[in-house]
Amino acid sequence: MTEPLLEINDLEVSFGDTPAVRGVSLSVAPGERVAVVGQSGSGKSTTAHAVMGLLPGSGRVTGGTIRWRGEDITHAGENRLRRLRGREVGLVPQDPMSNLNPVSRVGRQVAETLLAHRICGRREAWARAVELLGQAGLTEPARRARQYPHEFSGGMRQRVLIAIGLACRPDLLIADEPTSALDVTVQRQILDHLDGLTRELGTALLLVTHDLGLAAERADRVVVMSEGEIVETGAAKQVLTAPREEYTQRLVAAAPSLKTPSRRPVSSSDVVLEVEHVSKEYRLRGQRGRGGVLRAVDDVSFTVERGRTTAIVGESGSGKTTTARMVLGLVPATDGRIRLDGAELAGLHGARLRAARQTMQPVFQDPYASLDPMWTVERIVTEPLRTFGVGDRGSRRVKVAELLDQVALPAALAQRYPNELSGGQRQRVAIARALALGPRLVVCDEAVSALDVLVQDQILGLLSELQRELGLSYLFISHDLAVVRSLAHHVLVMKDGRVVEQGPVDEVLTAPSDPYTRQLLDAVPGATAFAG
Amino acid sequence: MTIDAGTPVPLARVRGRTLGRLVRNPMGVAGGVLLLIVLVAGVFAPLLAPYAPAEVHFSTPFQQPGTVGFGLGTDDLGRDILSRVLYGTRASLEVGALSVLFAVALGVPLGLLSGYWRWLDAIVSRLADLMLAFPFLILAVGLAAINGGGLANAAVALGIAQIPTMVRVVRADTLRLKETDFVLAAHTMHAGPWRILGQHVLPNALPVIIVQATVIMPAAVLGEAILSFLGLGIQPPDPSLGIMLSDAQQYLFRTPWPGIFPGIALAVICLGFNLFGDALRDALDPKTSR
Amino acid sequence: MLRHLLHRLWQSALTLVLASVVVFIGVRALPGDPATAMAGEQADPAAIAAVRAQLGLDDPLPVQYFKFVGHALTGDFGKSVRTGTPVREMIGATLPVTVQLAVFAMIIAVLAGMAGGVVAAVSRGRWPEWAANGFSLLALSIPTFWLGILAVLYLSVQLGWFPASGYVSPFEQPLRGLYYLALPAVILGLAHAAVVQRQTRSSMVETLTADFVRTARAKGLGRGAVVFRYALRNSLIVVTTIVGLQLGGLIAGAVVTERIFSLPGIGKLTLDSVFTRDYPVIQAVVLVITSAYIVINLLVDFLYTVIDPRMRVSGRTR
Repeated sequence: MTEPLLEINDLEVSFGDTPAVRGVSLSVAPGERVAVVGQSGSGKSTTAHAVMGLLPGSGRVTGGTIRWRGEDITHAGENRLRRLRGREVGLVPQDPMSNLNPVSRVGRQVAETLLAHRICGRREAWARAVELLGQAGLTEPARRARQYPHEFSGGMRQRVLIAIGLACRPDLLIADEPTSALDVTVQRQILDHLDGLTRELGTALLLVTHDLGLAAERADRVVVMSEGEIVETGAAKQVLTAPREEYTQRLVAAAPSLKTPSRRPVSSSDVVLEVEHVSKEYRLRGQRGRGGVLRAVDDVSFTVERGRTTAIVGESGSGKTTTARMVLGLVPATDGRIRLDGAELAGLHGARLRAARQTMQPVFQDPYASLDPMWTVERIVTEPLRTFGVGDRGSRRVKVAELLDQVALPAALAQRYPNELSGGQRQRVAIARALALGPRLVVCDEAVSALDVLVQDQILGLLSELQRELGLSYLFISHDLAVVRSLAHHVLVMKDGRVVEQGPVDEVLTAPSDPYTRQLLDAVPGATAFAG
Repeated sequence: MTIDAGTPVPLARVRGRTLGRLVRNPMGVAGGVLLLIVLVAGVFAPLLAPYAPAEVHFSTPFQQPGTVGFGLGTDDLGRDILSRVLYGTRASLEVGALSVLFAVALGVPLGLLSGYWRWLDAIVSRLADLMLAFPFLILAVGLAAINGGGLANAAVALGIAQIPTMVRVVRADTLRLKETDFVLAAHTMHAGPWRILGQHVLPNALPVIIVQATVIMPAAVLGEAILSFLGLGIQPPDPSLGIMLSDAQQYLFRTPWPGIFPGIALAVICLGFNLFGDALRDALDPKTSR
Repeated sequence: MLRHLLHRLWQSALTLVLASVVVFIGVRALPGDPATAMAGEQADPAAIAAVRAQLGLDDPLPVQYFKFVGHALTGDFGKSVRTGTPVREMIGATLPVTVQLAVFAMIIAVLAGMAGGVVAAVSRGRWPEWAANGFSLLALSIPTFWLGILAVLYLSVQLGWFPASGYVSPFEQPLRGLYYLALPAVILGLAHAAVVQRQTRSSMVETLTADFVRTARAKGLGRGAVVFRYALRNSLIVVTTIVGLQLGGLIAGAVVTERIFSLPGIGKLTLDSVFTRDYPVIQAVVLVITSAYIVINLLVDFLYTVIDPRMRVSGRTR
């Protein structure tokens, strides 16, 4: 048996007095691919950082051992760790936007790694950096190397970070959520590339991710973590298809999958929202001369029927959020018609816009940003009632209890502040607020994207339950096909401001007619793994 | 507009949490204690001072500190230094509080409005730039030259000089807050600009306003001392720490004491506000919470 | 980027024009009639009227303003009402003293402040941080003009280490000149050093906890390299801004410092002219100071584009 490259035994890590990792043991053999899966706060990233001796702030290893090729590096000195970092263990960090020095040329940031380990001289390091950037999949690497990070897109920055991570040909590459900030199609390209490069170099991979599907697809072995402990370890396929532990089973069940049976059709075909040929143009302040016009949304038409859900799917820049904002009347449409219950919305002012807004309410993506931190839950939930002058103080108090009950929150939460609630609870508060005026249409803009899988599953359940009980209609904006699959009846796929395909969810997601939809479907991590 | 039970409650809550963090910060506690001493000295100066600040004792000039009847000694005219320091502290605090009021009363609304409406922003930002171009002392000297000296004029001059920074701070926070999702949500409820500014933006901007006020306060106290030292602020015989230092400079070689105590008083006032302000900033900033 | 620079240039020009209007109106608002002051209190009405006509005070205000600006652009600020000396000469004699004092003080403030800020940032939670923070707190709280008075008394008069007052041009006698300026510059620079130190520290602390710094360490870079190559470079941007904004305070401080150390600078000229209501001098001095402030802040803005590559493409990023 070959000696493991990395061997972690009974690792304990604490931040101050708060334990973050408790008794974690795992090993990585040379060339092996291991994925650590867990939700936020599970201790997966902390474990990875502990290996490199890069625990932030008050983080300390309080127990256990970390062995590198048999050598105990648990409490190694700074000099030993500096040799380890970059040279023996590379890191590809999570957020490409914040992980590159904004005031330093990209090529230099790659070359720095080589120079830090005295692998070659300055001039050669630059040449190597250009070469590495090319290998990482950047076109025109020589020109690109001279540029600064802000001139790069997220995907390109992630390629730079991969070049940095692999620069010294380390034996192990730790990839900490390397693609979670990227669009699915870009994510797929980057992961494929990372796969190819590490296989070519024989580099072992420790992949840290929240996405079970992605883990199963990319790794040989999967380690599932929860609350600082390892729940289950096993071959990727086995963990995904036949999980032993109850937690993993719940995780697998909650993962929205493309296989979920679709909603049963609702008979009514009453149209609540009708969007016809809507466009939105932004005038660009041109770098040179006149400047042009950006068509953020280009000739989009769709309907939302009573008691049903229409979803808009697309990647960043597809115009899906702008469409939602036009429907909500937050952004005026340049062209086209938006009718709510037969009444034209575009160009409405004053009292009539006010009336229209009463029948339509939003739920936004980030439950941390969409609730005023200075307000109590009661005040937040009753805000629509107060702005519209509905009821008096007493009746509103009764209404709060009722609304909280509808979203399955205890009435005792009414006097709490948002920062005393969990992410899932906050999103329930946001839904309660949206329901306060008894709207017919709820616009959900990425309403579950910021939530962990288990919580996401609960909120999706709540949304469909409310739809059944109250006959609500949803306009559901998302980048996640699997989420859309589990909730929508009708789906639109948008790209660069245009609708490339629309139709009933079963048709579009099982037999797409447009190549872009196909590409999106293929990019969903774990699609094949789950299917098989 | 509906008046709801809400408004004071969350503030009290935030204040409660902030207070907790302040109390756990030794620097904040030290600042608080200093401030308390200064405030008591200033507010109760008429009760604490053994003499009237301008009362002269020609028979006993230049008494050493510790002399019976004159705890901190006397100056060239035999005036009691302890009494003058107490009244001077009182004047410093008055000027400081007045300038803060002035800067808040004008700076906060301007900051809110210019952060909210772009067209107004262009005008207000130009005006703020213009005011910043006049160094505060030049501004104060000019105003003092036009309106004459005196406590109120000094306070107005120092307050005006602080308006641009207050406007900038509040404007920046308004720009941030108006893009938040909770303000967006309020728009979809058809909430008007006044409702959004008053109920969402202002309460959330309060921390930066309070922190800025703790920055203005010591700056105004020092400013008053400088103006009075130069003869452009409070006019004799009204007591001021700056005037005391200016007087003392003339006979400092003979006896240093009349020049030492007013300086210490000024340092204690400013140290109190700076310590307290720093601790408050840390307590209000979620990033620095440990 | 060019667009951004042109925009800033236009903004500064506008501010400059507005400032000249404010100065002009402000001086007219001063109490007392300059013609009476010039002709003497006992002069007969005809003599006063003659002086008025000679000073152009009978012209409509807009005409007076354009004359004032027109003359100012050619460096002609009229003559002192009090001494009859051309104002231009008075400013020419005093401005260099203040500029030397301010530059010297700013150099001390930036060097001491940045050093202290770096020390405080890298030694978080240990005694050097406490020492650095304690220094900045005291420097901000103790009135520097009081410190100046004490320094004159103890360091100059009693110990005789420094000259108590007076000015020698460093261009004529470099060492002696700097020696005469040293104490005033240190006193003036102290409070600004504290501000620079705080900004350096907080910016470095922020950078040192940034994601890209962790990535840099994951490459195998040492702490020193990270502190100097990453954090210091990023905090330079902050310090540059502070230097521009501190200028106003520095000029204000110079007025007091010059008074304490009896330096023949522009601050002293300002005070003298205010007390004697010498309005052509006040007008000129305030205009010169504000113009200097506006121009220097414009230069600081241009300097950004050199330090921060993000500014080169996108114009203003924050």
